[in-house]
Amino acid sequence: MKRFSGFNLIGEAFRSHQGWPEHWPDKAPKASYDAIIVGAGGHGLGAAYYLAKKYGITNVAVIEKGWLGGGNTGRNTTIIRSNYLYDESAHLYDHAVKLWDGLSQDLNYNIMYSKRGVLMLAHNVHDVQSFKRHIHANRLNGVDNEWLTPEECKAYCPPIDISPRTRHPVLGGALQRRGGTARHDSVAWGYARAASALGVDIIQNCAVTGIRRGADGAIEGVETERGFIASRRVGVSAAGSTSLVMKMAGLDFPLESYPLQALVSEPVKPIFPCVVMSNTVHAYMSQSDKGELVIGAGTDQYTSYSQRGAFHIVEHTLAAICEIFPIFTRMRMLRTWGGIVDVTPDRSPILGKTPVKGLYVNCGWGTGGFKATPGAGDLLAYTMAHDEPHKINAPYNLDRFRNGRLIDEAAAAAVAH
Amino acid sequence: MILIHCPYCEEARPEVEFAYGGEAHIARPVDPSTYSDEQWEEFLYIRNNPRGRHHERWRHTHGCGRFFNAVRDTVTDVFETTYKAGEARK
Repeated sequence: MKRFSGFNLIGEAFRSHQGWPEHWPDKAPKASYDAIIVGAGGHGLGAAYYLAKKYGITNVAVIEKGWLGGGNTGRNTTIIRSNYLYDESAHLYDHAVKLWDGLSQDLNYNIMYSKRGVLMLAHNVHDVQSFKRHIHANRLNGVDNEWLTPEECKAYCPPIDISPRTRHPVLGGALQRRGGTARHDSVAWGYARAASALGVDIIQNCAVTGIRRGADGAIEGVETERGFIASRRVGVSAAGSTSLVMKMAGLDFPLESYPLQALVSEPVKPIFPCVVMSNTVHAYMSQSDKGELVIGAGTDQYTSYSQRGAFHIVEHTLAAICEIFPIFTRMRMLRTWGGIVDVTPDRSPILGKTPVKGLYVNCGWGTGGFKATPGAGDLLAYTMAHDEPHKINAPYNLDRFRNGRLIDEAAAAAVAH
Repeated sequence: MILIHCPYCEEARPEVEFAYGGEAHIARPVDPSTYSDEQWEEFLYIRNNPRGRHHERWRHTHGCGRFFNAVRDTVTDVFETTYKAGEARK
């Protein structure tokens, strides 16, 4: 790996930038590894990177059915925040936010983390009470979050309509200043490049077709389209396809896969300075560095692996956007797409061990996994290296669906999560 | 938008008239007090989530209001068939 630095940049400028090597080499799988990660999204590549960097396991393969970062890592709205209500959630997501800070330097790759603030609008008395409760809970957990009056909301984000005559008047907002956005592709590429430099093999276009277990039930390796690969440790980070991979190991999971859509507008000059979410009207939006307005829509009501969504969902989302931001009513939308999100019954992830020895899982992030990318990668790596969960992800076990200790963010976070 | 055939109204109607009801043919506990934690977990939370043929419940909320079952392919979203509640799994 050739490091990116001002010195190297100037040096390469004299050689027409012909001296930069490829970010990561395309590897053929070896016969065996110390650890295998299934799924080369941000979470899986992050896990491989932290296994090599922090936990000293460098003989690692990341196996991907499609192309690197082509699943939900390349399909989300790139929003980062940690203003979750419950203690377990605040610790989990804030662990990730702390890692986002300084990730560009750590990976020597600009992931464009921009702390532009995430503003959640309150439109009724229930919203006001609920958000203030979130703010107090967040502060007790050391997570920044503050209350803004409608005028302060308008000052922070001028395109918001705070006129009392709107259908859903803005009564205030909760602002997390450390929240913001990052460049999703850079996150995948940065992790892949840095992990590869530490000895991790990234194997793309190689679907896992089976999971082999020994006589004692423990993991022996994975069957793939390019043959059997042995490993005593397999971490599955396959998002919407997790149910399918787990069935190969004989496990039924409490997951359902839904299409979640997002869309972008034509690019315009900078007009939208932060991320705004409105749970009541169900709209959220930010502006990318390219100038496109990035808008998150909802999930379809039915389960599907189709990686697209119903048209009426887009229509509903844009109606909400036009309601809060009348300034954008004449914007044209450029692209829409869908990703398949794996949703748990309590809308909190499953991150830890499974009943199968040597098989670990990181799934169930539902509609909000991007923000957790570095944290989930780190915690999956920790769990695989120590064969036991870190205290941050210990509550996110599979047993909670049996013993009833749910982390019910579905009730706490309302729509946007 | 998907068109869904309601087996009661005997008409294909737009998806927005319907509400999705999750996986079909999950039997409710006959004697709940005897259920173990494992059985409750299975009943409440474990779902098949297949890639392909999926048996699922729908309700014609803005029509006749009745529940029925459907078989849909979860890759193409094409409905194979719909049938009345109480009929055998297809």
